[in-house]
Amino acid sequence: MSDERGQSDANPPSNDGQRFDRLPETAADRKVPGRPTREEVLEWWDERFGVDRSVLEPYTFLEKGAGKVWIYRGEATDPCRIEALGMTFLRTRQEHWKPTTRAVSRFGRHASRNVIELEPAEAARFVAGEDQPIDRWDGDWGYLIAAHELAGGREPIGVGLYLHGELRSRVPKGSRTDVGQLGREE
Amino acid sequence: MNPLERYLPLVDDEDAFLAACDRPLPSVVRTNPIAATPERVRRAFDEEGIDYEPVDWHDGLFRLPGGSPGTNWPYVHGWIHGQEEVSTLPGLALDAQPGDRVLDACAAPGSKTTQIAADMDDRGTLVANDNNLGRLSALRHNAERLGVTNVAVTNQDARNLSLRPFPFDAFDRALVDVPCSCEGTCRKNPDVLDEWTLDHVEAIAGVGKGILTRAVQATRPGGVVVFSTCTFAPEENEAVLQHVLESEPCELATFDLPLRTEPGITEWEGETFDDAMRRAHRIYPHHNDTGGFFCAKLRVTDGRTDGGTADVRDSDGGTAVDAGTERRKEVTAE
Repeated sequence: MSDERGQSDANPPSNDGQRFDRLPETAADRKVPGRPTREEVLEWWDERFGVDRSVLEPYTFLEKGAGKVWIYRGEATDPCRIEALGMTFLRTRQEHWKPTTRAVSRFGRHASRNVIELEPAEAARFVAGEDQPIDRWDGDWGYLIAAHELAGGREPIGVGLYLHGELRSRVPKGSRTDVGQLGREE
Repeated sequence: MNPLERYLPLVDDEDAFLAACDRPLPSVVRTNPIAATPERVRRAFDEEGIDYEPVDWHDGLFRLPGGSPGTNWPYVHGWIHGQEEVSTLPGLALDAQPGDRVLDACAAPGSKTTQIAADMDDRGTLVANDNNLGRLSALRHNAERLGVTNVAVTNQDARNLSLRPFPFDAFDRALVDVPCSCEGTCRKNPDVLDEWTLDHVEAIAGVGKGILTRAVQATRPGGVVVFSTCTFAPEENEAVLQHVLESEPCELATFDLPLRTEPGITEWEGETFDDAMRRAHRIYPHHNDTGGFFCAKLRVTDGRTDGGTADVRDSDGGTAVDAGTERRKEVTAE
């Protein structure tokens, strides 16, 4: 697979959106301009959500698609042209990085910052994909982890964008759910 | 004619068999241990007022008499996944371990794949392959919903599966849940009986032979291949196994399943099969009030014909486990 590695010094290699490339460890290892580094990813989760680096340490991070970072815990040749490796995890190459709903669902329970706890009715609206005013939040604006209480513990639901007193649901269309009677009768 | 009548000579109680095949099946969900314990799922069901019944032979399975497993919080969080009881059997037989290299040759839509990933504690490499891109998107959706991170999804014809995307040349285990005539799913989808033809059975049995052959070739000596279908047709079950036993270095292993099963058969319409076929399991709907199913476990041998009769009883060899432990260290190295 050496033919797939960009080696030309004159033109830096660009991101090939059709294949998986492992993220470079640090900025010094970066060959593809704009590609996030492993170090930046670990730092971001720690900084934004308080997810300890040790939680994500066992995983490999890869880019496939522009700025789409995948998290994978297994073996694969690098680079690799297959359908999927692990799960989509993070959107970079935009002004603000955004975690995927699935990343938050899987790893959000380790978060200690920027988690907004929703009441039952709010949680039901959120998972249905609705935006809603919430005036009690006095933390950061931007992407938050929306969570609620279920069966004896706090459980992350997904990603919300909090701006100007409003929590905008970012639950993807295909994952929006009407959880029925739960607190919907306000 | 009802194709199920072909199999009346194989069953102990013809009326009970036909009657069971005529009854619908309840919705069943499997707990996803990557996300929650069965206890927490029960508690969430209780809080939401969802009726459920435990399944006595598997503490992670629940029958939902009210149906609609997809519109409640445990589902939203990926704590549960709709999966018929018998569909969990191949995963149990495969018994994948953390750190293993595992192939799921016909993986979509991913119920068994995600069950295997959970058995692996989401560690190791699980290659989920399917030849149908549309069905693969369903698999990817399910794998992400259930929080699986150790799955590598490939879109190949499993009969010619290439390991080129992977830095290894053999799997420790493979699940070969082949496309079949699906007679055993008639309780969920009675249409399968209307669409049934013997031509299709024979054609799809040929595909099954090709896929199982390649899976055995791609599994290391000492490794395990589980073969399963949701059909009663011996052409698609014992005859496929007979073919691979004669052409590839492998043996049928004895193994237990946690519900009532009948042994594989050694004779069908003038054709005879190896006596070892009795080590396979036939699952009939009237015995456990489930769908119909077939499951066999193969152990890959080293191909040498040293004349010794290998003991292929159920245990996993100690050397195989040691090799797996060594490799696990490499797997987690960044």
